Formats: sequence, C-alpha cells, structure tokens
Amino acid sequence: MDAILLQILNGLDKGSAYALIALGLTLIFGTLGVVNFAHGALFMIGAFCAVTLQRILNLSFETVDETQTDFLGNPLKVKTPYVEAWFGPDIGGSIVDWAVPLAILFAIPIMIGVGYVMERGLIKHFYKRPHADQILVTFGLAIVLQEVVKYFYGANPIQTPAPDALNGVMNLGAVIGMDIIYPVWRVVYFAFAVLIIGGIFCFLQFTTFGMVVRAGMADRETVGLLGINIDRRFTIMFGIAAAVAGLAGVMYTPINPPNYHMGMDFLVLSFVVVVVGGMGSLPGAVLAGFLLGILESFASTTWATTTLPGINQIIIYLVAIAVLLTRPRGLMGRKGVMED
Amino acid sequence: MFGLNKKDTSVLIIVAVMVMLAPFLLNPFPSASGLAQFNAGYPDLMQKFVIFGIFAIGFNILFGLTGYLSFGHAAFLGVGSYSCVWMFKLLGYNVLPGILLSIAVSGVFALLIGYVSLRRSGIYFSILTLAFAQMSYALAYSVLSNPKFNLTNGETGLQVYADDPQWFHNPDRLPDLPHLFGLSMRATYKLDLGAWEFQFNAGYYLCAVIMLACFYLAIRIFRSPFGMMLRAVKSNQQRMNYTGLNSRPYTLAAFVISGMYAGLAGGLLSAVDPLAGAERMQWTASGEVVLMTILGGAGTLIGPVLGAGFIKYFENIFSKINDYVLHSWFSFLPDGMEDAVVFLIHPFIGKGWHLTLGILFMLVVIFLPGGLVEGGQRLVNWIRGRKAKSSTAAHETNPAE
Repeated sequence: MDAILLQILNGLDKGSAYALIALGLTLIFGTLGVVNFAHGALFMIGAFCAVTLQRILNLSFETVDETQTDFLGNPLKVKTPYVEAWFGPDIGGSIVDWAVPLAILFAIPIMIGVGYVMERGLIKHFYKRPHADQILVTFGLAIVLQEVVKYFYGANPIQTPAPDALNGVMNLGAVIGMDIIYPVWRVVYFAFAVLIIGGIFCFLQFTTFGMVVRAGMADRETVGLLGINIDRRFTIMFGIAAAVAGLAGVMYTPINPPNYHMGMDFLVLSFVVVVVGGMGSLPGAVLAGFLLGILESFASTTWATTTLPGINQIIIYLVAIAVLLTRPRGLMGRKGVMED
Repeated sequence: MFGLNKKDTSVLIIVAVMVMLAPFLLNPFPSASGLAQFNAGYPDLMQKFVIFGIFAIGFNILFGLTGYLSFGHAAFLGVGSYSCVWMFKLLGYNVLPGILLSIAVSGVFALLIGYVSLRRSGIYFSILTLAFAQMSYALAYSVLSNPKFNLTNGETGLQVYADDPQWFHNPDRLPDLPHLFGLSMRATYKLDLGAWEFQFNAGYYLCAVIMLACFYLAIRIFRSPFGMMLRAVKSNQQRMNYTGLNSRPYTLAAFVISGMYAGLAGGLLSAVDPLAGAERMQWTASGEVVLMTILGGAGTLIGPVLGAGFIKYFENIFSKINDYVLHSWFSFLPDGMEDAVVFLIHPFIGKGWHLTLGILFMLVVIFLPGGLVEGGQRLVNWIRGRKAKSSTAAHETNPAE
C-alpha cells in the first residue's frame, strides 16, 4: 500500500509538469488553432528565468576578511552578495535562498512578454497557412531559442537548488498512519500545479474575459461579428499560456537541473499527452497529464522493469497508440476539432 | 529516354553528370591554398551528400506529394543501419545483403507504423509518427540492449566484433571492412593534378549510383498515375474520398516507399562506416530531414537533394570556421571594427551552426515556402524580367501544387 501511494505521488509531480505544458499547448491550440512546437522552448525559458534570477541575486563583491585565513595563511577573500549587503545578512540571505520561488514573480512578466512578442511577431502571420507550415516555423523557432540559451548559459545542466526550508523530506503518511517519506519540493510542485490549473479554469469559467475567450473558442467569427476584438484577447491568452509553461519550468528547476534541451525532451511527451487527452480539450489535457505521469512512475518500479525491461521508457507511447486506435479523438476530445 | 519526357531526362542527366564528377566539382580550391578548407571533395562528406540525398528524396515522396508531414522518419534510417550491421555481423562484410535487408526491414517497419499512423491525418499524424520514432529510439537506446536480448548494443552502438560468426567472411581473400565483392568501401584513388588532389572513393560511387537509381525511381513516381493520386490526396483528400476512392492504400504505399528510402540511406550509412547508434533515430534527426526537404523545396524533384547537400556542406564548413579564421578574413578592416565584426559573427559559427540553421530555416518557411528551388526560380524570373506566373507553369521543377 505504501509503495503504491509512493508511486502515485512520484507520478503526480512529473504529471504536473506534463499537465501544465499540455494545458498551455491546448490553450494555444484551442484559441488560435496553432500547433506550437516552440512550447517546450517556453518551458525551458521559464527554467532559465529562475537560473538568471539566481545569478542576479548572487552577484557579489569581494572583501578581504582579516580575521579568517585560508590554508596558506593568507587573509580570506569573502564574497558577499549585494543583496545581503543591502538588506542585512538575515533578510538578504533568505532572499538569495528563496531565489527559485521568487523567480515566479520575475518570470511572469517576462513570459507574458515573450508570448506576446511571439504571437504578434511571428505566429500571427501563420493563421492562414497550413498546419504543416505552423509546425515547421515553430519548430525552427524552438531550435533558435534553444541555441540562443545554449550560447548564453552553456550546454551543461545548471544546479538550481530549492530554498533550504523546502529542500528536505517529509513524512506524508503520518496523518493516515503510514510511512511515506517524500521530498518537500515535489509536494510543493504538485500543489503549485494544482493552484495554477485551478486558477486558469476559474479564470476561464468565472470572468467575463474568460467567457469571451470560451465563446471565441467555440465560434470565433460570431464573436467577432458582435464587435468584440477577439484577436486581442487571444493574444493575451497566448501570453498566459506561455506564462503557464514558463512557471512550470521555473518550479521544475530544483527537481531537474535545467539544460538547453530540456524543452525538447518535454515537448514530445506533452504532445502525446495532448493527443491522449483529446486535442482542444482543457480538462482532457490535465487529466491525461496526471494519468500518464502516474502510469510512467508505475512502469518505473523495479517489479515492472524486471518483468519487462525498459517498459518505463515506452509506456507513454504505447498508451498513446492504444488510445488513438480505440478512441481516435482522445479521452475527452470534442467532435470537429482537427478532423480535416 | 528511360520512359521519361525530354525535360525529366535532361534533369536526370544533369544530376548524373554532377554526381559522377562531384570529386572534381566539389574540389575547386588547390589543396595547399587557404581556401582548401572549403573543399567538399573528400569521401566522408561526399558520401553524406548522396546518402542524405536519398533520405530526403524518400521523405519528399511522402511529404512533397501527399502533404503528410512525418516527424519520425529517422526511425527508419536507424532500423536500416541496424539491419545492415547485423548482416555484417552474421554473414560477413559484403554490403549487398546488408543493404537489401535494411530496405526490407525498414519497409516492414514502415508498413506497421504507417498502418497505425495513417488512420489519422494532419497534426495527429505528425505527432503519432513522432511518438513512434521516440519509442523506437527508446527501444534501441535502452530496452533492446539488455544482456538477455541485445539487439542494438545501446549507447555504445552496434558494431562488428572479432567473435561474431560472419559465416561467409574469408579474411584471406576479402578486406576486413565493408566491401562489395572484394572492392573495399574505403578504397580511394587519389589523382594529383597540378596543385589539386582529387579523391575517387569506391564507397562514394556505390552510394552515388544507388542515389541516381533512387532519383530515377522518384521521377517515375512523380510522373506516374500513382503520383497523380498522391497529389490529389494533398490538394483535397475529402473530395477524393467522396468520389468513392479509398485514398489510404495510396498514402500507405507512399509511406512505405519513403520508409524504404530512409532504410536504404541508413543501410548505406552503415555500409560506409560499420557502426550504428541509437542517436540516428532521435527526433532531432527526423527534424533534420524535414529541414533538408523544406530548405531545398518540398514537392520538387531536385529540391531535397539540393537541401541535403546544402545542409551537410554548411554543417561541415561552418563548424570548421573559428574566430581565428574570421580574424584573418576581416584583417583588412581597422582593428576595432575587425573585432566588432568578429564578435557579431561569432555566435553563428563553429558550435553555433545550429543557430544559423534554425534562423535560415525560419526565414525559408516564412518568406520562401518553396525553398531554394523557388528562390532560384524567382531569381531566374527576375533576371528575365518576366512575370512569375507565366513561367512557373512552364518550368520543370515547379512545386507539386
């Protein structure tokens, strides 16, 4: 029982990342009808926002400390981050320590900006072109973005630790009398994902803006005829989708040190998630994200890998193929989306 | 000639002459001069030109004619490579059985994948092929390399070891490297003419002859009723279905044919260098053949070959340029300006080649959807000062639509 719960938990944090990226993909697809191969790159840019903020906060100056000496007997040079000098060692230290969560605030405007520029500057011109062209141009964009990041940050993964307070493990099973030791940060990640997903759904469901966007997804032309500037709202939705992917990336950095091709790795799986969930269905994307994440974690257990070696590597693809053959529209796909 | 009309025959003959004379044409700079690094006339690179040419020609039969964008063609390339090396391991170093098996196996593989993927079209198809390719990559990289059942040798890559059976191999008479009935693939005849050195490599010529055969076959497919049917699928599949025609057998046939081309290319890659690794199946490799085809011009006959040559050439050349070379080029500028220019170009060369490629690819997709071929046509039209409309219809290598 413990083991099963542990696997489910394991699946939930990977599933959260899948669900967040797939949610963004579906938002873009549902509103603008564009298949965004650069969405993985947005996830990656989000992760590097966290890296950047951490580097900015760690900018420091050197002072010579006469009281301490290194092993050669010379006075020790001490690096003090500017933040600590300004706010004092206590507050400054914890600001540096909490760089990753703080990066959320840093990443939101950047990601919305990136999404806005991307939509206005490039993708806008591809609405009328065939889907193949949209795939190709966003694929090219993904390559460019990832190479630019590689140029500035190098090819190696960059360690970006979580705050010390959230870095340990906790016993999740204490409440129900079981022993489930689990890293705190992964719980935080899951909670964060649920929060974001809930926020997006509430936004679409309970605000006027969201209502207009939903109406536009159902029938863009009619909404336009009613005198609503639907394009502008869709552009904003693109920015929000980019921000969702970016935030998923920011929070994922302590789990997996970011490198420049992490976006591509996640992108393929996220597409599979979207297809399994049903193209254009937001709940489908979220559901499939969590389901596939959990499935993958169950396939990674020792029992599964000894019975069928390597099953954890291919399980998602197998499921995707099975789903598409039995339910071609995906788990919760709507009729008439991408049927041409 | 060969059942082709006059224009196709001349295209084929021009391509054949260029391919056969490639060691001369690609070697314009004397070997001692500073420009010698831009020569492409050495066997390794020339082999890549024609092999990836085959890959792209095959991909174009699917994408250019039917419009189905497959993002998983590298899987077939990888399968072809593995089958060819297995033939080396079991039978011996003769390339013929290896190449034949790689075509056959990749054909079967393509039939299976195509049967499933072609149930959907559009984006679903792209994602399905992508999923299959990634699955094959995962299978090759880790699943099929466990000690109990080692088919792919995982990360190390599949290669021939001394204790392999090699039933028909006779080390006394035959070279210990891939060969065609005794003619080693590495055999190179070097011709010194004045300051130039030209290399004629057996492996290159084998690949070149096969490439020409593939090119000829592709022309025949393009001009056949079958090819017409595939174009009809691209322009309006729904209407075709309404006329009572089942289009799936046609698209499946196109998928299998292009898969076999990819398998052949993979087999040839192993034939010139008997090592097959899983990275050949990764989806970035599938992306590369898409780049080649689009860059050259999808749906045209010569485009994919041009694109393959273009990408492979610049991949090699750009990776070689470094800051030192740049400084020597721009040394005529004043010092500060020289540094500034080198600084500006630096991100795009050497390791930054992929950045250049990505930008180039985006520019092509945005401004020149017909690729290099369309660019050439526009240039010709511009020089002739005629309207583009009247001549594209008459021009030989116009896009399929």
